[in-house]
Amino acid sequence: MLYFALRNNKLRVGLTVVLLFLVLTFVGPILTHYKPYDYVNPNGAQPPSSEYWFGTTMFGQDVFAQFIHGLKATFLVGVIGGGLGTVIGILIGFTAGYRGGIVDEMLNMLTNIVLVIPTLAILLIIAAYLTVRGILVESIFIGCTAWPWAARAIRAQTFSLRSRDFVDLARLSGMKARKIIFTEIAPNMMSYLVMTFILQFGGAILIAATLDFIGLGPTNAVSLGLMMNNAVLWGALLLGIWWWFVPPGVAIMAIVGALYVTNVGLDEVFNPKLREM
Amino acid sequence: MPGDPVQNMLSRAALHAEAIEVMHGYYTRAFGLDVPIWRQYLNFWIALFHGDLGTSVYMFPQPVAAIIKRAVPYDIFLLLPAILLSWWAGNKFGAFAARTKWLDNIISPLGYILTATPYMWLGILLSWVFGIVLGVFPVAGAYSFALRPHLSWTFIGSVLKHWFLPFASLFLVMFGGWAIGMRNMIIYELEADYSHYLEALGAPRRLIRKYAFRNAVLPQLTGLALQLGVIVAGALVTEVVFSYPGIGYLILAAIQNQDYFLIQGCFLFIIIGVLLANFAIDIAYVIVDPRTRTGMLGEGA
Repeated sequence: MLYFALRNNKLRVGLTVVLLFLVLTFVGPILTHYKPYDYVNPNGAQPPSSEYWFGTTMFGQDVFAQFIHGLKATFLVGVIGGGLGTVIGILIGFTAGYRGGIVDEMLNMLTNIVLVIPTLAILLIIAAYLTVRGILVESIFIGCTAWPWAARAIRAQTFSLRSRDFVDLARLSGMKARKIIFTEIAPNMMSYLVMTFILQFGGAILIAATLDFIGLGPTNAVSLGLMMNNAVLWGALLLGIWWWFVPPGVAIMAIVGALYVTNVGLDEVFNPKLREM
Repeated sequence: MPGDPVQNMLSRAALHAEAIEVMHGYYTRAFGLDVPIWRQYLNFWIALFHGDLGTSVYMFPQPVAAIIKRAVPYDIFLLLPAILLSWWAGNKFGAFAARTKWLDNIISPLGYILTATPYMWLGILLSWVFGIVLGVFPVAGAYSFALRPHLSWTFIGSVLKHWFLPFASLFLVMFGGWAIGMRNMIIYELEADYSHYLEALGAPRRLIRKYAFRNAVLPQLTGLALQLGVIVAGALVTEVVFSYPGIGYLILAAIQNQDYFLIQGCFLFIIIGVLLANFAIDIAYVIVDPRTRTGMLGEGA
């Protein structure tokens, strides 16, 4: 497995890009001694220079410092939001798929309801109640609304595994349902679960960027979406301050794109049928 | 919800203290906010069944329904072509990519990059490059501010010119997703037994592709139904970037002005729209897939 993993170009490229950004997130604070919202440059907006690597905003804030802290926020949202979405999706998908019958009907209905609810509407209400929102709240919210498709996919997979001989055997030998799910069914779709997490990770980052952009993101932190929001709000487009809004978008695009490519690479590693291609 | 929209509205029109007192009372009654919460909620449903969505705070005496009605044509005009065209083009190109090596090498990476791009960022980039740097396309509004809506070639030209960039950014991001999905589905279908069987029978490759395409379109159709919510959210932020006067732009203005009636109306409209679209896709599914049709008519049909 590892042999194929190391030989797979898609996996290599994808992981390299993600790791590159991850390293940048941790090393970044050492490279810059500016705080993201400090007004460091009295001259206002300036293009990238050796002093300010990514230039400065209209207010003289260092874009590189904002970028680094925004990256951290992006990864946090991805891990917490994507992780939570995956866990809820797994729990509901397994229960619905394994139990079947009325439990399945109920959970399926719940899944469909959450699927059609526009997440923005709920967030508006939450935003109205919480005047100070952190990245954690945002991630939890994203995790709680992004799980339905994962639940659906896992439910379908569980259905097909449920009637296999080894599961029947386990059931006959008197194993508890929970134990069957986690020792018999889950290991057989581990690759699938890993890929679900990766997709949820990327999806959470994109949703967070959208929320931040319309001003529903964290109020006490920096994020890549907020950078774009500020850039558009203060007319960076008209003034041609491209170094303000290009880096956050490039980072999101690169990270999420790399995650998707990694996912395809993993698919090829796990699935011999695709590998021959 | 906390926050007092009436207070907010009055504070904009700097008035005397006693005048504010009187005005506050008047508006609170005008919006029906002086009755208990349960009564307000009941009133909301009663009004809803009369087709009344309340009055907007942000654009005061105008009813919410009228404001939405004014914004909806822009949304339909923007979203419908973007969704349908990108779905169609994405499927076609994805299918082509699955059978041609060189095209696959272009489409696949491009597709992954596009589908990973946040909608608004592509919008920002396009409006910056084409609007500001090259100056070919306008960057805000649905038609030139110098014109009034009327039926003439200049006006239609202006509308199309303003429409192009938001359309392009929506189209491109969605296109990536559909192309990737279709490519993978086609490869999967070509590995299926029936494809091998056809091949063994000596059927021309075109015929096999055709069958594979038909089978691969079905999950794509389901995908479209599932993606609608995400697409709508993407359209909202795209409209914000381009100041395109659709529902998305309205929602942003409503959020900023704490105009709960307008927010409520907009979301109600979006939910109904998404549900209707889902219904339409379900019907389309029956038309496209003969198996569901026979299933509905009973086994013997």
